[in-house]
Amino acid sequence: MINMKELVIETRNLSKRFGDFIAVDNISFEVNKGEIFGFLGANGAGKTTAMRMLCGLSIPSSGDAMIAGFDVYKETESIKKNIGYMSQKFSLYENLTVEENIQFFGGIYGLSNSDIKEKGRALIQKLGLESESRKLVGSLPLGWKQKLSFSVAVIHEPKIVFLDEPTGGVDPLTRRQFWDLIYEAADRGVTIFVTTHYMDEAEYCNRICIMVDGKIGAMGAPDFLKKKFRASSMDEVFYELARGAQRKDA
Amino acid sequence: MLNITPNIIVKASQLRKVYGKEKTVAVDDVSFEVNRGEVFGLIGPDGAGKTSIFRMLTTLLLPDGGSAMVDGNDIVIDYKKIRSNVGYMPGKFSLYQDLSIEENINFFATVFGTTLEENYEIIKEIYVQIEPFKKRRAGKLSGGMKQKLALCCALIHKPKILFLDEPTTGVDPVSRKEFWDMLKRLKDQDITIVVSTPYMDEANLCDRIALIQKGKILSIDTPNAIVAAYPDALMEIKADNLYYLLRDLNAYEYTLSCFTFGEFLHLALKQNNVNSKLELNTYLTSKGHQNIIINPVTPTVEDCFIKLLHD
Amino acid sequence: MKFFTNWHAVHKEKMHNMKRLISFVKKEFHHVLRDPKTLMILFGLPIVQIMIFGFALTNEVKNSKIVVLDQSKDASALQLLNKIEASRYFEIEKSVTSRDEMEEAFKEGKIKMAIVIPDQFQHDLLHDNKATIQIISDATDPNTANMLNTYVNSIINDFQSSLMQGTNIPYRIIPEIKMLYNPQLKGVHNFVPGVMALVLMLVCVMMTAIAIVREKETGTMEILLVSPFQPLMVIVAKTIPYLILSLVNVTMILALSVLVLDLPINGSLGLLFAVSTLFIITCLSLGMFISVKTQTQQAAMLISLVGMLLPTLLFSGFMFPIENMPLPLQIVSNIVPAKWYYIMIKSIMIKGLGFMYIWKPILILSGITLFFIVVSIKNFKIRLA
Repeated sequence: MINMKELVIETRNLSKRFGDFIAVDNISFEVNKGEIFGFLGANGAGKTTAMRMLCGLSIPSSGDAMIAGFDVYKETESIKKNIGYMSQKFSLYENLTVEENIQFFGGIYGLSNSDIKEKGRALIQKLGLESESRKLVGSLPLGWKQKLSFSVAVIHEPKIVFLDEPTGGVDPLTRRQFWDLIYEAADRGVTIFVTTHYMDEAEYCNRICIMVDGKIGAMGAPDFLKKKFRASSMDEVFYELARGAQRKDA
Repeated sequence: MLNITPNIIVKASQLRKVYGKEKTVAVDDVSFEVNRGEVFGLIGPDGAGKTSIFRMLTTLLLPDGGSAMVDGNDIVIDYKKIRSNVGYMPGKFSLYQDLSIEENINFFATVFGTTLEENYEIIKEIYVQIEPFKKRRAGKLSGGMKQKLALCCALIHKPKILFLDEPTTGVDPVSRKEFWDMLKRLKDQDITIVVSTPYMDEANLCDRIALIQKGKILSIDTPNAIVAAYPDALMEIKADNLYYLLRDLNAYEYTLSCFTFGEFLHLALKQNNVNSKLELNTYLTSKGHQNIIINPVTPTVEDCFIKLLHD
Repeated sequence: MKFFTNWHAVHKEKMHNMKRLISFVKKEFHHVLRDPKTLMILFGLPIVQIMIFGFALTNEVKNSKIVVLDQSKDASALQLLNKIEASRYFEIEKSVTSRDEMEEAFKEGKIKMAIVIPDQFQHDLLHDNKATIQIISDATDPNTANMLNTYVNSIINDFQSSLMQGTNIPYRIIPEIKMLYNPQLKGVHNFVPGVMALVLMLVCVMMTAIAIVREKETGTMEILLVSPFQPLMVIVAKTIPYLILSLVNVTMILALSVLVLDLPINGSLGLLFAVSTLFIITCLSLGMFISVKTQTQQAAMLISLVGMLLPTLLFSGFMFPIENMPLPLQIVSNIVPAKWYYIMIKSIMIKGLGFMYIWKPILILSGITLFFIVVSIKNFKIRLA
């Protein structure tokens, strides 16, 4: 077991206001290295806003946050070098081939050419895409695209990878293959920060944070939360929490 | 005489849809029937062809093969009749964001040649939930409220059949639950509902379902019958480290299939006998797993879908 | 009995259709009035443009057609006219014999200038050492008029000095300059019609195309198709608000021109509005055509800008004189609707001409409109893809 916990995400009283509207309201939490951290919440609970601040894309209104050891106010560029990001909407360039996408993103993440070549080959081999490597990404099935874009998002071995609903609309088999990739990366020490609408996926996380009205409604391991809310599944926990929510979408 | 039984409201026969120069087959000879008054679910991932099927049935696309009847009307020949008589809610929120709730409803009511007052009964239960915000523009509504509004607009002309294309995609679990409750109440008003969803857990809320992948229907039946047809004995297994558990079970020589299902893994063995559980426990203990729980479990629709995908 | 019920049903359906249309138009107005950006383009743009284009731009003029009314028919006159003819700026269209004939040529818009050489030109010059010559310009385009005057003056000076060569008699030719239609040479006279063409083009073509394509993009077209609403009615209903708003726009530009820029409207106001309505419908039909052919708002905007607005700027004749363009471009300019509208507006507003002088552009515009309406209807899809 790890004795000295290495924190890769640390927030204290982090808030984001848009005018009168408090999208994220004083959230404080920590995420350990190699942890799979699930970030849940109803639409409009503040998930996306919080995630943007953690990625260095949006400056907080108040509070502190350190991401991979860097400050979200002053060192956003360093943060971006140390994280990977993947969302359901934007993943890869559809009109570039698998290889070209790997080259492009490897280049963006600052890998050397030899690194790109080597890691690209390993990645293609692992996903079994050898015969597709010169095909346009647009022609691949959605499941493969998602797996590929996750692999690309961690090609530079980032400390943290942020996944925004990575498995939306994917078939159940591919969804599980996708989680195999997540587990494997976490096992290598990559911290996973993931949002999802599938409650069964919440169970796969080491710890979960459920946002309600911009605040942390509940946080802890799935088992702990189920006991706390006397629920038989995460679905019930979520329902219990979100039902009490005052606001829904922004 | 009509050549279909009056009880069948939608009949698709070998529907086919092909796209583009590369002739990508989106819908591959799909046939199914929907009974009057039931909730029929098309269940499958993105790209399975659900939307193409919906668009053909709502006369928005011409099939490249096969035919279909909706409430006794052919989707190609009698498209005008179908257009006036069905309710349709596309996958994307498709109302006017810059019009208020009230304006949207009134507009669609006029388009269908009716008024809110005339068919108030049918949408009442849904409408009262959004009525307090009726002056608010649709663009400023929450996801759940948008959905309710869209449903009101699709119902305003009292259609006999409602086509809902992925109404719950991207919606949080709470709103999803609410939405399905609304559908149940609509069903009680004798409206046939054809709905598509990528969420397997919603399958149980339908009367009958069609599992669909890559344009082909894998299975059509009631959720219970589909589950009952699952061939293997299934166990749910849990231990402290789920990832290592999965890895070790996949390496286990008797494993037929093993997948994560929430906090448990669902395991099917190549052969199952009285000693299986004990042997499994011994194997896992030898791999160093702790707090092992092994129980028999009834399969879910998702198990069935994975099984069908695997074959 | 059956006929009666049938008639009743048809009548009821018609009533419904009317109601649908009205409700659609109402909705469309909501869209426009609630979008500040649309409102800016609609009403802010014309004001800004009228002001900006008040500052004239200069352009070189070549081979301008002129007529000559030579009343003296003597050697000196001939010599002068030959000199004018020889310059690259002028081309003598014909010699006329009466002032009436000359005026007719102006009204037809064929000529830019007329030169009247009085009786006894040579006699005056040789005996009094001083003769007058009348130069009449069409000043609806004040830049061109000014430039042509300068050119003709320099030619006359040149002629004068060649006469004085070898003698010390101070021969003097005094040009009397007369500006037709626009005596104060106000640049705005030229630009107001241009801005009108430009604004209407922008509002009607681009905004209608975008408004229709937006329904496709947001998916509302999908819902409307799966309804008893006649698909084509969607398009018709979309255009009506823009027709009305464009007429408001025309009124606004004209009011601005009269009140702020002191521009007179010499012709019939009714004809002006009738012609504007025709041009608006032309533009709407173009917008319809673009919307039928494109799937995204971006594409609709790009095509409208590059395909419609640019040609309007280049070929309508208000920025660059069409007469100076190479022949192929002159031919191309004929299919640009704004060119014909510009001609008509200039004729009515500034020259004060009536229907008889503009029936040809009217006919051409009507033809273009009909063409685009037919093509749009033919290409309209009652289904997706």
